[in-house]
Amino acid sequence: MQLSTRHLLGIKNLTKEDITLILSTAEQFKEVLQRPVKKVPSLRDVTIVNLFYENSTRTRFSFELAEKRLSADTINFAASSSSAAKGETLLDTVNNILSMKVDMVVMRHSASGAPHFLAQHIPAAIINAGDGINEHPTQALLDAFSIKEKTGYIEGRKVAIIGDIMHSRVAQSNIYLLKKMGAEVTVCGPPTLIPKYIREALNVNVNYNLKETLEWCDVANVLRIQLERQNQVLFSSLREYSLAYGISKILLDSLQKEIVIMHPGPINRGVELDSDVADSKQSIILQQVENGVAVRMAVLYLLSPQTR
Amino acid sequence: MEVLLSSIQLNKCIGELADQLSKRHTDIKDIIFVGIQQGGVVVADEIIGLLKKIYSSGKVQYGQLDITFYRDDIRKEILKPDTMNLPFAIENKTVILIDDVLFTGRTIKAALDVLLDYGRPAKVELCVLIDRKEHRQFPIQADYVGKAIKTKKEDKVKLVKDSEGKKQVVLITQ
Repeated sequence: MQLSTRHLLGIKNLTKEDITLILSTAEQFKEVLQRPVKKVPSLRDVTIVNLFYENSTRTRFSFELAEKRLSADTINFAASSSSAAKGETLLDTVNNILSMKVDMVVMRHSASGAPHFLAQHIPAAIINAGDGINEHPTQALLDAFSIKEKTGYIEGRKVAIIGDIMHSRVAQSNIYLLKKMGAEVTVCGPPTLIPKYIREALNVNVNYNLKETLEWCDVANVLRIQLERQNQVLFSSLREYSLAYGISKILLDSLQKEIVIMHPGPINRGVELDSDVADSKQSIILQQVENGVAVRMAVLYLLSPQTR
Repeated sequence: MEVLLSSIQLNKCIGELADQLSKRHTDIKDIIFVGIQQGGVVVADEIIGLLKKIYSSGKVQYGQLDITFYRDDIRKEILKPDTMNLPFAIENKTVILIDDVLFTGRTIKAALDVLLDYGRPAKVELCVLIDRKEHRQFPIQADYVGKAIKTKKEDKVKLVKDSEGKKQVVLITQ
């Protein structure tokens, strides 16, 4: 059984079977991570470059650890400390790296579509680690893995995605994935941060009321306000945002049922989530991070080169 | 397709293997049985069923091992992994690996690699239902053999179900 694609550019072009295969493979890698030797030799003949044109802590560490746990050789590239700062183009940089016999590229870029462009021009397998406001496929996969692990299933689950939907690649990838797997999705946030035609375009519910949304859902995936991607004023202040859309312990405890709280990080404590919510029993934020390594191992393993 | 072991012969063969294992290991306190995915687990399930009756007083420790991530031909084909279940400390224990068919020895070599990532067993033994001895590519031999058969290299030996759903071992010649 193989993936239907050579690259992981987004969830949009994966099939339901692809997603199921990645998630079930990740379960086996999660077992590997519990062993005394948390490492398998599967990718010992593979070299991977981590090409990060944009800042990252979790995703970069997670990919790097996943690569090392698979025994791959890795090199790291950060745009700020490289020749990109001297004006080298993306394609030139990557072709130079590939000429040193690199097999796979993990890439984060602030421009939406950068990994898609690269996939058309280079022979290596490309894994999108986040491109602009487009997609962040491995985050959606690890979120789905965490939902399945915590609640048992995805199909039919009610998942709310709350916050800055407009600028969030995590939201977009999550919506694609959850809809493909048969979950119900509601997006919630201020009207200025929710794209106008999202209901029609992505077949999701829209609710501008936080309390109603939380009463409806089984799982709340809470997003960060992406101030770095906003070039106009879309809400008056972080304090006002927090009053209307921040989740406090009092609000959480007032709900009829116990819901699961997720967050892709980094958390702005006191803005979208209060500290006692982020650290509560209902939060699986750190499990998401743990699962991220297993899910990325599965993606790298399944996309690793064949027959050379 | 030629039937090598009918379901009756298969049961007899598995009974003999369980018998040999229990005679050599009278005390199973430090023994861990491990079936290799997938065919080995089918054989191991049957053997363990019998051993549980033989060792009625002691607890039979039984796990399953998957070699997918350790295959030496991984670049030829990426395969979906099977479940790995070894919830025991194997340090200083005797591990008995159980597989359906011993052919080139590459699976067993990979299984040993997996095992050593879990700890350092005192001893590892190998129990197989079918031994295709003349095709070995590694210096590996079994301690317990159900049936040794002569085959051509391109033949396939498989544990399958017959029309009534009973398990049997067949030889598929090209």
